[in-house]
Amino acid sequence: MGSLLVIGQRNPIYSVLALIVSFFGLSGLYVLLEAPFVAVVQIIIYAGAIMVLFLFVVMLLNVPREDASEWDQAHPYYRPWPTRIGGALALLMVVQLAWALSRTPGLGVGVNADRPAVSSVAELGRVLFTDYMFAFEVTSILIIIAMMGAVVLARKRGN
Amino acid sequence: MPIGSYLALSALLFAIGSAGFFLRRNLITLLLSVEIMLNAVNLTFVAFGREFGTVDGQIITFFVMTVAAAEAAVGLALVIALFRHRESLNPEAFTSLKW
Repeated sequence: MGSLLVIGQRNPIYSVLALIVSFFGLSGLYVLLEAPFVAVVQIIIYAGAIMVLFLFVVMLLNVPREDASEWDQAHPYYRPWPTRIGGALALLMVVQLAWALSRTPGLGVGVNADRPAVSSVAELGRVLFTDYMFAFEVTSILIIIAMMGAVVLARKRGN
Repeated sequence: MPIGSYLALSALLFAIGSAGFFLRRNLITLLLSVEIMLNAVNLTFVAFGREFGTVDGQIITFFVMTVAAAEAAVGLALVIALFRHRESLNPEAFTSLKW
């Protein structure tokens, strides 16, 4: 269940590959949660499509390595006092979250205690096309708009 | 496996994503951090859907995935357009609204 920590660190291509690994771990968790269709879609869409898109752009741009140049050092946020205050606030948030999680009841109960799992693709599709019909249509419109926007934005200027 | 462990892992993933978002100086890594956060939320949805025995969590997960795909496409197009102008991916390089 670990192995997901590899992500936030390191440089462009490596972080994309580490993210693919962590998506596979997540889809394993979905299988454990008895949602196999979500697991398959996770692999196909995320690891397959979105990550290929990211890798393509990384290689297309020939991304320079992240440089901790003098630019960052001169930034006002990197002076001692803002960093101290930010560190204290982050620590406070972690403590709060741990406190809230430790006081929530019922977290130790097994996840499939009494209710049966709903995992059939037929049931999923039925609910998706009846109860969530409107959201589905709106999502399709959103996809079309995003596609057109991506084409327009990435086009070379002057055409 | 208790649901608390799923929630804890999801919180951890979300924390990693937000930390990456605030700490990195690379537009592509920022987009990757957003993807990590969206996946953490997906995990929570599926875990709770399993907990309550309903199918709604998985449905919402699909919607989140489509939104993530749209966001990735538009975000990467923006990154390409910006990179053409400045030959840099450092967000600090894009402080002016007009050039």
